[in-house]
Amino acid sequence: MADIIKKATRESYGEALAALADKYPNLVVLDADLAAATKTGIFKKACPERFFDCGIAEANMMGVAAGLATAGKIPFASTFAMFAAGRAYEIVRNSIGYPHLNVKIGATHAGISVGEDGATHQCNEDIALMRTIPGMTIINPADDVEAKAAIEAAINFDGPVYLRFGRLAAPVFNDTSSYKFELGKGITLRDGKDITIVATGLMVSEALNAAKQLEAENIDARVINIHTIKPLDKDIICKAAAETGLIVTVEEHSIIGGLGSAVAEAVTECTPVPVVKIGVNDEYGHSGPAVDLLKEFGLCADNIAAIVKKAISNKK
Amino acid sequence: MDATTKKQLQATACKVRMGVIEGTFNAKSGHPGGSLSISDLLTYLYFVNMHVDPSQPQMSDRDRMVLSKGHCAPALYAALAQRGFFSYDELKSLRHIGAMLQGHPCIHTPGVDMSSGSLGQGISAACGMALAGKLDNAAYKVYTILGDGEVEEGQVWEAAMFASHYKLDNLIAIIDNNGLQIDGAITEVCSPEPITDKFAAFGWHVITMDAHDFDSIESAFNEAETIVGKPVAIIQKSIKGKGVSFMENQVGWHGKAPNKEEYDKAMAELSAQLRELED
Repeated sequence: MADIIKKATRESYGEALAALADKYPNLVVLDADLAAATKTGIFKKACPERFFDCGIAEANMMGVAAGLATAGKIPFASTFAMFAAGRAYEIVRNSIGYPHLNVKIGATHAGISVGEDGATHQCNEDIALMRTIPGMTIINPADDVEAKAAIEAAINFDGPVYLRFGRLAAPVFNDTSSYKFELGKGITLRDGKDITIVATGLMVSEALNAAKQLEAENIDARVINIHTIKPLDKDIICKAAAETGLIVTVEEHSIIGGLGSAVAEAVTECTPVPVVKIGVNDEYGHSGPAVDLLKEFGLCADNIAAIVKKAISNKK
Repeated sequence: MDATTKKQLQATACKVRMGVIEGTFNAKSGHPGGSLSISDLLTYLYFVNMHVDPSQPQMSDRDRMVLSKGHCAPALYAALAQRGFFSYDELKSLRHIGAMLQGHPCIHTPGVDMSSGSLGQGISAACGMALAGKLDNAAYKVYTILGDGEVEEGQVWEAAMFASHYKLDNLIAIIDNNGLQIDGAITEVCSPEPITDKFAAFGWHVITMDAHDFDSIESAFNEAETIVGKPVAIIQKSIKGKGVSFMENQVGWHGKAPNKEEYDKAMAELSAQLRELED
């Protein structure tokens, strides 16, 4: 078996923007002094006349993006998730969300896999914050193929979109030739009848690995990839709740307000079943290598498999 | 400016002020003080300077207005109504449930180019519009009006830095320097002065004008037209509550609506001013 290629979705972001520049002449890219890290520098090199560095001033960047959108541009406002969703929250709400402007927010370095920079830069709250904004679409792609497809889908969607990307290289498990991105539609990656693991972003490949481990122990786990957290594909979630009777959610985000909360909210209204949430447990991260941090915080296949087994035994 | 034109503008400004009183009285809330201090400015912009068409509010080459100090929406609405974007009667349902006119400007209202009101944000959106104009080689100008208290927001200076860096000479920010904010005199709350020097230091071309003298307003905007390579900040020295004697320079009228007695008194004063101008 060939080695699995790994690529950070922030790389996908920069590459996709550059690749789409000619096709979409209204596309413009803004950054806040992080072009080398968010990878919008790739776009800057390809299309310097449509790249604008706003300096370390995220609030203004979001407002500038809003103004550009009123004049028909499709701005991608880019910075770390901490500053996009956190620092600039109220500008995103009032200047982008309320007027429902066609602004795309490219938020990189989401979650604790930021690694060594530590808690101040590890944003585990962005999905929760963005979910509360009426009309905001939230996409958290799982790999390079999905990220690139999601970026083009966001361009073709009229309205504000929050795109969440990671710093850490993630396994590329989707196949470009067969992959199809549908906004707001979950993807069943693996069927199963005993339990459903609902995962998003970096955790999707971990969930697939956990399902493989569980198979060896005769546990038949369904795996659903939710790339669009809002609007949530309630149909796929409720069907899974009805058919498997138990759900475990996995996200590189706080267990408060993110995917797990969204899934639990949906399930309580259709088919109430236990929903066990795996994520960051109401605490800050800290410095360390990303892979070690993910293990420490239980965001890995081994822990997912262990939690699934526990959930199944609790249910019995 | 010739005397006839000036008189006409003064009369229109008087009607805009009546609209401010009408709106805030019917809403039983709102911000008359800062609305009255920008009534002459809005009159000049919408009746002399700005290229707009009330029958095509979304016309792509229109000049844009972002009321960054969005709480003074009653003045913007009154000016838009005078200019024909919607009927004067709309002012009577300002802030009511189901009304078109929201407490702060909403982009879905004809003539309103940007939702605003959370202070410090409008100027950034105006920068984005001006940048889009540059990208498209469009001729339109972008105007944004800020309060002198509003410039205490850090985002204003992020935007000031951006506008100067990208040489947005199609952007004109007017700072309504009436000297008062909710908690008192701007110099006593947490002074943003010297505002003029600050904009100059950020690389803007700065002009000061008398906010209630149409000759001064005309001369400021004529000067602004000539500036190349820099954004323009016009610091307008104004009187909060201008035109209604008992509201002038009174911080208490920042965010308080007139009651029936005060409404009648204000309307009587403004009607008398209007009669004199229309004689």
